[in-house]
Amino acid sequence: MPVYSEKVMEHFMNPRNVGEIENPDGVGEVGNPVCGDMMTFYIKVKDNRLEDVKFKTFGCGAAIAVSSMVSEMAKGKTLDEAMKITPRAVADELKGLPKQKFHCSNLGAQALNKAIKDYLDKKKGGGKK
Amino acid sequence: MRKVYLDNAATTPLLPEVREAMLPFLGEDFGNPSCLHSWGDVAREAMEDARNQVAQLIAADAEEIIFTASGTESNNFAVKGLALAQQNKGKHVVVSAIEHFSVLHSAKTLEKWGFELSLIPVDKYGMVSPDDVRKNLRKDTVLVSIMHANGEVGTIEPIKEIAKIAKEKGVVFHTDAVAVAGTAPVDVKELGIDALSLAGNQFYGPKGVGALWVRKGVRIIPFLDGGVQEGGRRAGTENVPAIVGLGKAAELAKANMASRTEHLTRLRNRLLTELPSKIKHVVVTGHPQDRLPGHASFCVEFIEGEAMLMLLNSQGVAVTSGSACTSRALKASHVLIAMGLSHALAQGSLLFSFGLDNTSQDIDYVLEVLAPVVDRLRQMSPLYAKFTKTSKGG
Ligand code: FES
Repeated sequence: MPVYSEKVMEHFMNPRNVGEIENPDGVGEVGNPVCGDMMTFYIKVKDNRLEDVKFKTFGCGAAIAVSSMVSEMAKGKTLDEAMKITPRAVADELKGLPKQKFHCSNLGAQALNKAIKDYLDKKKGGGKK
Repeated sequence: MRKVYLDNAATTPLLPEVREAMLPFLGEDFGNPSCLHSWGDVAREAMEDARNQVAQLIAADAEEIIFTASGTESNNFAVKGLALAQQNKGKHVVVSAIEHFSVLHSAKTLEKWGFELSLIPVDKYGMVSPDDVRKNLRKDTVLVSIMHANGEVGTIEPIKEIAKIAKEKGVVFHTDAVAVAGTAPVDVKELGIDALSLAGNQFYGPKGVGALWVRKGVRIIPFLDGGVQEGGRRAGTENVPAIVGLGKAAELAKANMASRTEHLTRLRNRLLTELPSKIKHVVVTGHPQDRLPGHASFCVEFIEGEAMLMLLNSQGVAVTSGSACTSRALKASHVLIAMGLSHALAQGSLLFSFGLDNTSQDIDYVLEVLAPVVDRLRQMSPLYAKFTKTSKGG
């Protein structure tokens, strides 16, 4: 098993923002092509900011810590800012990830992005928002 | 915090008696067994005693035992050495799809060297069918290697029947008995086999030592070229302390086999029945009865093994998993996939392997801490959410 940083362990043991949002403004679900795991992000948007972010993750310790970290980093940010959260930034914020776990941080950033795109698409499509 | 070690399939601890037996050879009795003076004599005698002890464990002759540095080395040695020794006769080898990588990758190496390889599938219990082996034997088959038991799912293979089929066709038969030797009774004559691998750290001996048994009269190409140690079949100054430890561990295993087996079987049967009844959506992997004593393996649905391992570890419980995320290569266990499990289910793999020190209270504790761990991860799992929604809806 890889050795994780204290920060990873802390987020893994006490993940923030676990769960689903009822009537979310956007949902992003991604599967991990490397190991077959899965991450879903739910967002609530207000005045172009991420008012709430929640996630569900089926995956390893790193994947859970990454989801938690991403949700924390994204919350309160404008959509533009949140779209710019890179896998690298997530890994850095977690004080590093083992090399073979880097793909788990891709997953987190991707899922969030997808949720935001989902929101933007809905908006463009003239949805209820 | 309570500490519960349930990863004896990875390695058993060293028994105090074994350590005691080894100590002189890490101190004053440091001689090289090849030397013809008194230091050499002491080392050589101790090593030959160990050879006898190991031979007795599997009902073999001492001169048929070759000491190696691990079960992995024994398997490499056997698969490559036995095949190469017969390449004039033919270049086809047969192994099962669930072999340990030391057998599987050795067979793949043979393929690169111009051999042909047949992989025998397994059923949903991880069992090899002797008939499948028979169907895959050809005129040019020179080696069949099927493991005695699988260390990941515990299933014990029908080695005796397979060996009989190989013998009828005049094909050499090797078995990787690393998970079995020292844990359950093994009698090489009774089994009718030609070669067998074992490893010290599977039965309370030291790490870094194993043995390969090759029946007298069966040819094998030396694994390491050099001096004439081990009858010229495995050169290099022997690891005397470890070999002495292996011998002592073998002696103790043989003497206490019945009581050990009974103890381990009782513990694993309890976990095999109680865990799936206490936690929903858990499947037992491997054969329900024909399995190693002390070995209980499961797949927990909707969650991933590494996360379970880490949470269990935080409660003092040491186990292992065959999930893709726990493997360096990020691939699901080839054993579980060969048994027909889906990749998602294989992600939830969990293996408990009991040892002599474990008690029934350990199982109480594991059951107590595992349920909330599983629950917590399921609450986080999108797969579980989907499952509960559809099962409510339908
Ligand atoms: S989710 Fe599989 S390795 Fe991280």
